[in-house]
Amino acid sequence: MFQDVWVWTSRHWSYIGELILQHLRIVLIANGIGIVVGILLGIYISGKGRENLADLVIYLTGILLTIPSLAMYGILMAVLGAIGLPRVGFVPVVVALILYGLLPIVRNTYTAIIEVDPAVIEAGLGMGMSYWQLLTKIKLPLAIPVIMAGVRQAVVMNVGIATIGAYIGAEGLGQLIFIGIQNPGRMGNVFVVVGAVFVALLALVSDRILGLLEYLTTPRGVRTGRQP
Amino acid sequence: MKATGMVRFMLSLMLLAGLIGVTVWMTSIGSVFPDRAFPRTMPPQRLLKEFSIHIRLVTVAELLAIGIGLPIGLILTRRPIPILTNLLEALVNVGQTLPTLCFIFLFSALLGLGIKSVIIALTVYTVLPIVRNTCAGIKSIDPAVREAALGMGMSYLQIFRQIELPVALPTIMAGIRTSTVLNVGSAAVAGYLGVGGFGAIIAEGIAYGGIIQIVLQGAAPTAALAITLDLALGTVERVLTPRGIKVAKAAIAVA
Repeated sequence: MFQDVWVWTSRHWSYIGELILQHLRIVLIANGIGIVVGILLGIYISGKGRENLADLVIYLTGILLTIPSLAMYGILMAVLGAIGLPRVGFVPVVVALILYGLLPIVRNTYTAIIEVDPAVIEAGLGMGMSYWQLLTKIKLPLAIPVIMAGVRQAVVMNVGIATIGAYIGAEGLGQLIFIGIQNPGRMGNVFVVVGAVFVALLALVSDRILGLLEYLTTPRGVRTGRQP
Repeated sequence: MKATGMVRFMLSLMLLAGLIGVTVWMTSIGSVFPDRAFPRTMPPQRLLKEFSIHIRLVTVAELLAIGIGLPIGLILTRRPIPILTNLLEALVNVGQTLPTLCFIFLFSALLGLGIKSVIIALTVYTVLPIVRNTCAGIKSIDPAVREAALGMGMSYLQIFRQIELPVALPTIMAGIRTSTVLNVGSAAVAGYLGVGGFGAIIAEGIAYGGIIQIVLQGAAPTAALAITLDLALGTVERVLTPRGIKVAKAAIAVA
């Protein structure tokens, strides 16, 4: 079994590499959009007098996360089909991943901005900073490590969920797993194991890389001396 | 704060009603007009059958995982054998990063397709959040509190029963809640592997060329089941929290 896996892997490096790139493309595009939407939403709901809205938005993004991925794909097939977008393949998977990634990013952006020491903001106001300056010079730099932690969580999670996208015809490592499941037997098992192992590796590696990024984006004064 | 609580409740009820409504609607297309050739959806009997399989998969895996995870978590906090403890902790941390599906696929490839490997895979994955939360819950107890209890002459069993368990219980429940929601989703994927459950309906809908009505018959009740269990276990979690340590905290469920 393990020998089969090793032999097959060593003979098909380029194919596996291609699948990994396809997988990464889906995850990166989805999370790229998710980060922009999530951070903007997080900043918006952290404004004055929007506590109730913030509570609801975070609750709703939490509900989105409880919806199982397969069910999400099924529901998106119906919704996207109704508004004339492609029902299978790349688009529904990217939309699902954006929705799943929202909670960690929105929640972390919101809590990070809310928890900036009010004294620091007072000081900024006293120096005559505008709202925009307060946001870009004080709140966001202080919030970035926490936001990055949310992004890390979202990306690692989405690497796994993107695998199931193969059910509805998306590219990526999930393809390999599904070919394996449709062809039970020795070769099929090899496919499943190779696919699963590389998805796991991808998740672990992206966790590490984003952990490093989280450390690097922490302003030097805020670092607690903990290295990833 | 009170107002948003009501709005939250109404919102989740509306969402649930919508999902169940979609299920009933799609099922009625098939059974109210049985003569219509297309789209023929699944009959209600089929839905009930898959529901019972799905709920059984989730329950068995969850109970097994609680039975295994709680003792492991407790042992880890006692640190009897440091090497074993460190190893297990590392395993739990790495396992958390791995996608759920990897477990199911790996186990079904290694042990063969079937209900046994699916339950083993679900259990293995479910054990991880339970172990982690049990550890976190017990470790979160202020050492000063434990000191005070020792000073009052409490025995270790008393400390465990009267201090550690009540304080750690909400966190443990949060782990059970997270893993149950995860389980509903993973069991749906397992349905694809010929075990049954709502996933089987989704799979058939896609296999027949993407018949949306059938896909929705599987997808909507899966989502409804996950949301219902999340709400129910969230309530249990709130009830179990000792009044003294009730703090508003966001529960995270990663499906």
